[in-house]
Amino acid sequence: MIREAALGLSFATLTLLAVTAFAAEEPSTAAPLSGQLTITGASTIAPLASEIGKRLEETNPDLRIDVQTGGSARGVADVRAGLAAIGLVSRNLKDDETDLTAFTIARDGVGIILNTDNPVSVLTDEQIVDIYLGKIANWKDVGGKDAPITVVNKAEGRSTLDLFTNYFKLKNSDIKASVVIGDNQQGIKTVAGNHNAIGYVSIGTAEFESEQGTPIKLLPLKGVAASVENVRNGTFSLARPLNLVVKAAPEGTVKSFIDFAQSKDVRDLVKEQFFVPLQ
Amino acid sequence: MVKTLSPNVRDRRLLWTLSLSAATAAGLLLLILIFLAKEAWPVLSTVGVTSFVMDSSWHPLEGTFGLTPMLAASVAMSALAILIAAPLGVALALFCRFYAMGPVARLFRWAVVLLAGIPSVVLGLWGLTTLVPLINDLRAPGTSLLAGSVVLALMILPTIALTTEAALTSVSQSYWTGASALGLSREAIILAVALPTARNSIAAGVLLASARALGETMAVLMVSGNVVQLPSSLFDPVRTLTANIALEMAYATGTHRASLFVSGLALTLLVLALAAAARRSGGQVVHA
Amino acid sequence: MPDAVLYPGSARAGSTPTFFWRNLALQSFVWLASLLIIGVFLWLLGDILWRGASRVDWEFLISVPKSAGRSGGIAPIIVSTVLILVVAIAVAFPLGLATAALLSEYARQGGAKVRGVGLSLDVLAGVPSIVFGLFGNAFFCVWMGLGFSILSGGLTLACMILPIVIRTAESGLRMVPDEWRLGAAALGVSRSTTIVRILIPAAAPALVAGLMLGIGRAMAETAALIFTSGYVDRMPRSVFDSGRAISVHIYDLTMNVAGGDPNAYGSALVLIALLIVINSAALWLANRALDRKPSRS
Repeated sequence: MIREAALGLSFATLTLLAVTAFAAEEPSTAAPLSGQLTITGASTIAPLASEIGKRLEETNPDLRIDVQTGGSARGVADVRAGLAAIGLVSRNLKDDETDLTAFTIARDGVGIILNTDNPVSVLTDEQIVDIYLGKIANWKDVGGKDAPITVVNKAEGRSTLDLFTNYFKLKNSDIKASVVIGDNQQGIKTVAGNHNAIGYVSIGTAEFESEQGTPIKLLPLKGVAASVENVRNGTFSLARPLNLVVKAAPEGTVKSFIDFAQSKDVRDLVKEQFFVPLQ
Repeated sequence: MVKTLSPNVRDRRLLWTLSLSAATAAGLLLLILIFLAKEAWPVLSTVGVTSFVMDSSWHPLEGTFGLTPMLAASVAMSALAILIAAPLGVALALFCRFYAMGPVARLFRWAVVLLAGIPSVVLGLWGLTTLVPLINDLRAPGTSLLAGSVVLALMILPTIALTTEAALTSVSQSYWTGASALGLSREAIILAVALPTARNSIAAGVLLASARALGETMAVLMVSGNVVQLPSSLFDPVRTLTANIALEMAYATGTHRASLFVSGLALTLLVLALAAAARRSGGQVVHA
Repeated sequence: MPDAVLYPGSARAGSTPTFFWRNLALQSFVWLASLLIIGVFLWLLGDILWRGASRVDWEFLISVPKSAGRSGGIAPIIVSTVLILVVAIAVAFPLGLATAALLSEYARQGGAKVRGVGLSLDVLAGVPSIVFGLFGNAFFCVWMGLGFSILSGGLTLACMILPIVIRTAESGLRMVPDEWRLGAAALGVSRSTTIVRILIPAAAPALVAGLMLGIGRAMAETAALIFTSGYVDRMPRSVFDSGRAISVHIYDLTMNVAGGDPNAYGSALVLIALLIVINSAALWLANRALDRKPSRS
């Protein structure tokens, strides 16, 4: 008898609990001064933003910074909708995004990578374009072995893809990809596991991985070596800013976070995530 | 019919609670369908269903919405996975039920449950770093329909093995003793008695597994190459409906986002059709 | 040909020498297939052990992730995962049990109600986890205003494992012999008492098995959680905080964080160990319930 009452009761409690919970939780997400800061956006920046947030929390014990990953588009959408105070956008703002303000916290270069087994050590921009368009389909046409080229491309909507197609003046629907990938490490793992693959990934991570013995190598672009150093001094041109974006002029915690993220205090964190700190 | 037999107040209250729960459980599906349809509606109403079926490519940002290649890839990959996993899974169940000694059977069963618990991300990682390079040696690029099917087969094998074993266990012991008394060999009993009797339940388990295969996301995304095309060979890279959602959802807005919900809706309807077919065939999954 | 009589429609079967080869073929296939599966399983497990074991120690379990998870431990991740599971089970188990009880004890077999709920459950069981993720995000996070939180993630998982819990509980309840129901009725025991005091304890092993399957699926889930419980790898203060589940952590480390692989394998090892612990605990609970169950004497 008691047990069945308990059974019934547990339903009631659960429902009640749920209902009160919803009611109680709603206002707190909207209040900006509650010491909670929600940041959403690009998966590339999310780990860095998390680390910056944690360091800021160390000196401000009442502050909570929640970073959610997604994509640049989500960062923009969430900031516009007011779901997030700050958005993470791993590219320049587009023409239809002028309602937002961007604050750059670091830069990131994108480099072409090949497997170390591949004897090809340099490709011209034209060759890269022809490879991605499928006009060159065998490595022997660019001085390599007689083997079909595995073209690794990024999925639609990703900022790295935008950067790549803009730089090489390509249309995504014209690209003849053999593999389409999501996040950065998938690109590195794919090329590392395939002797005949070509892909493009974040330069800092590629440098780190190849130091760790992962069988990949970065190709120079227009004669400029793809290195973190050359992204820093601006000679390597396939690069992008990593931005924090906000809707209105930043104030309060939002402003403190942006200032902190742009300061010298986080430079080691930027390097630790293999990005290029601001000058 | 029950209520008239049971005038007890507490009984009525309990029945009421139970009915409410069942309604919630069943209503959940309706809720999900309505919600998917609602999110997909903006693009369905403007672009129309025909685009999703007829367009030859998927470039929602450039206005082409062809889902057919991905639908075909989803179905082909799951079918192939079933083709690999079903004979192996049934064999493993037969092994545990009829061949292995008690402790060995227990060990294998334990391993199967554990295999079922290995996160798909880990299977995908294994596929990407071990299986894909192996297939690449056969034929580039390695990330392919075949790689996806093998990883999926590993993932659904436990479901098939466990449901088959449960089905075999539920075959009445008297059949077994009767057949043994007739002097039949173990193999004869398996082929002539056990498998035919459990056939419907095994089929239902396989259908349950195909639904899981159709829905698997992360591992497939990691090993199958994700190129939107109709596969013409086992070694072609393909993109499934689930991988499509996972790859692009976080990056999609507006029409693009809505068209991904169309992917989700298409997938759910596919599973619905599969479940309805399973019901028609009359099979009932016997759970472990 | 004795079994032709036993099962007229079947292929001719028997134990005479004619069937020697067929029997041998079946026998070898069963053995080979089982060894193959176990071989692949050991390969997988060995791979994870070999790469993960060096990272896992007490320190790994009790410290917080550092440098995006490359170093440090996974304490907050474990806590978040367990909390998500607790929420999911607290909702799915009573709801599932009640539905199962209705289906097996009250509803008429083959009736419209049973068929409708049954079809709905079969579809739900097949709805891809990523669709649950989309649904959970829009329904729990946005519409209910729960935001990215452990509660949202747990509720989403509850929806996901509900069909498994219901189906196993239902078949468990059905397996209880009808004599027990009749006996209880003859003694004037009310229907509700029969269910709660007799049938549920008797079906406990099946209930626990269903729960175990559900937990296994929930623990390994990535796609549904990344959009609901979120990405925050801090120690959660309550279920209203966002918390990163262990499979999301593994996914992020392998796909998004350069140099994250060693800790990813370490986390995978912890996940599998957790699964073993939960399975054993569930078995123990089931046995305890079995001891309580009325005996046939």
